[in-house]
Amino acid sequence: MLSPGRTISSRLLRPALWLPFRLCPERTATSSRPKELIKKHELEKDELRPLYMDFQATTPMDPRVLDAMLPYQVNYYGNPHSRTHAYGWESETAMETARKQVADLIGADPREIIFTSGATESNNMAIKGVARFYQAKKRHVITTQTEHKCVLDSCRILEAEGFSVSYLPVQKNGLLDLKLLEDSISADTSLVSVMTINNEIGVKQPIEEIGQICRSKGVFFHTDAAQAVGKIPLNVSDCKVDLMSISGHKIYGPKGVGALYVRRRPRVRLEPLQNGGGQERGLRSGTVPTPLAVGLGAACSIAQKEMEYDEQRVTMLANRLVQKIMSEVPDVFLNGDHEQRYPGCINLSFAYVEGESLLMALKDVALSSGSACTSASLEPSYVLRAIGAEEDLAHSSIRFGIGRFTTEEEVDYTAEKCIQQVRRLREMSPLWEMVQEGIDLKSIKWTQH
Amino acid sequence: MAAVPFSVSLLSTFSKRFLRPELTALCSYHKKVVDHYENPRNVGSLDKNKRNVGTGLVGAPACGDVMKLQIQVDENGKIVDAKFKTFGCGSAIASSSLATEWVKGKSIDEALKIRNTDIAKELCLPPVKLHCSMLAEDAIKAALSDYRLKQEDKQ
Repeated sequence: MLSPGRTISSRLLRPALWLPFRLCPERTATSSRPKELIKKHELEKDELRPLYMDFQATTPMDPRVLDAMLPYQVNYYGNPHSRTHAYGWESETAMETARKQVADLIGADPREIIFTSGATESNNMAIKGVARFYQAKKRHVITTQTEHKCVLDSCRILEAEGFSVSYLPVQKNGLLDLKLLEDSISADTSLVSVMTINNEIGVKQPIEEIGQICRSKGVFFHTDAAQAVGKIPLNVSDCKVDLMSISGHKIYGPKGVGALYVRRRPRVRLEPLQNGGGQERGLRSGTVPTPLAVGLGAACSIAQKEMEYDEQRVTMLANRLVQKIMSEVPDVFLNGDHEQRYPGCINLSFAYVEGESLLMALKDVALSSGSACTSASLEPSYVLRAIGAEEDLAHSSIRFGIGRFTTEEEVDYTAEKCIQQVRRLREMSPLWEMVQEGIDLKSIKWTQH
Repeated sequence: MAAVPFSVSLLSTFSKRFLRPELTALCSYHKKVVDHYENPRNVGSLDKNKRNVGTGLVGAPACGDVMKLQIQVDENGKIVDAKFKTFGCGSAIASSSLATEWVKGKSIDEALKIRNTDIAKELCLPPVKLHCSMLAEDAIKAALSDYRLKQEDKQ
C-alpha cells in the first residue's frame, strides 16, 4: 500500500502509528534489551496501548491523507474565499479539487457538496433545514428508531417546534419494513431520514428501494451515510438520495470535517443553520478549513481506489473473527441481519456474560459495548432494544470494528482472548450455572430493584 | 514468516503483562475493582441442599446484574465459608467478591451489619456504580435469611 520513506509524513510519523501497535519492533524495544540497560523512565513510557478494534467509533488517519493535508497547514495557508491574491486562489483550487473528489465517490456533481464540521452538523442541517424551509406546507418528518443520536435529537427539537415526527420501528433483523414506510408517508411529509449503515449493528438498509418510494411520493430522502461512504459503492442517482451526510473521521480522514450532499436536480432547498458571508452556496457560512477539506477529499479518493480491496479484506477478517468465536463458544448471537450488513461492524451478544465485565477482561483490545454499564444512563443501547433483543442479551453485547489497518494477527488475538475470557466469566456467572443444571431462566421470578 | 512466531510469543507476553492499573484508572476502573476482578476471591458454589448453607440470589438479568452469594455456617453460628457467582459489570463482581471476603469469619448478626456504603467506600465506587454495592448487601441479607429459614424449617 504505502512505501515508507517516500512521503514526508512517513518520515515524520513512525511506521508504528499505522502498523498494528503491538507488532511494531520499536515499540517493544525495551523488552528485547537486557534489564540493566533499560532505564526506569523508558519502562514507564513503554506502555503498551490496546489493539484498536473500534473502527465504528473513529478511524486512524491514513498517512496519505496527512501527506495531502500538511502543505495546506504550513505553506498554502490562504483563505479559500480570498479572491484578490494567490494565497486565496491556491487554497480555493485545493478546496474545489477536494470537493470533486468527494463528489466522485458518491456519483454527485461537485456543486452539490457542502463542507461541514462533520456528520452531526450535516444531519442537523439536513433535517432541520429541510423541515423548516417547507414548514408552511408540510409539517411531518419520518425517521427510524435506530438512527444516530444527532438525527433523533434534531427530530426531537422539531417536535418541540410543532412538527410531527414518526419514529418507525424496525424489524428483528434491524431492517426497515418498506410497506410501513410507504403507509407512513402522507401529503404532509417533507422528509424521510434513514441511515445507510447502522453504526451499532452494521445493518445495511435497502436504500435504493427507500429512495424509489420517496421519489414516487414526492418526498425528500436524507440518509446518514457516515458509516457507509467509502466502504460500500454508493451512487446518489441510483439510490435516488436527495441529501447525504458524510463524516471525515470514519473513512480514515481528519476529524472535524464532513460534508453534506444536497441535490440540485430536482433542487432541494434548505434553511441554513449557520449564517454569515454566504459561503458554500449560502447553506453553510464560514471559512472552509482548507487542510481539513483537502484531507476529506484525499480520504474519499483513496477510499474510491481501495474500496474493493478493503471490502474483500474486511469481509475475510470479519468472517474469520465470527467463525472462530462462534465455533468455540456456544450461545453467541450476531445482532442484526446476517446478509444485509456491512461486515466490518460485528455486534455479538454473549449470553450469560455481562458486556462491561467482558470489556474489562479484554482490556488490551479497544472495543465498545451496548451494555448499560458502559453508558452513563444505565440504559442498554436503544438500537438493540429497537431490534427486540432480549434485555439480558442487550446487556451482553460487544461491538467489534474491523477496518483498513486491521491485521489477521489482531483478529486472531482478539478471538482467542474473547473465547478465553467468555469461558472464565461464564464460570463466574450464576446464570450459566443454572442453565447447565437445566433450569429455564425465564421461569425464575427475579427480585426487582 | 517471522510475524507468526512473533505473534505467538506476543500472545504469551500479553497474558503476563497486563495494562498498568494506572492506565485502567484513566478509564475510571479503580485499581481495587480491577484487583477483585482479575483475582476474584471465593468464586464457586456450595451445595445448596445442605442444611447449613444459605443461598441468596438477587438482581435480574434484564437489569444486567445478578448475584448469587452462598454462606456455610457452622454449629456456633459463625460463617466459615462463602462463595459467589455474579453476572454483572466489573464493579458488581468486585462488590460481591469483597462481600464474600467480609462475611467469612463473622457471625450471622455481624454479617447483617455490613452496609453497601462500606463496600462502596472500600472499592471507591463512583456514584453511577453504587447500585452494585447495594445489590451485594442485598445478596448477603438474602443468603442469611435463606439460612435462617432453613434452620426454622428443620425445627
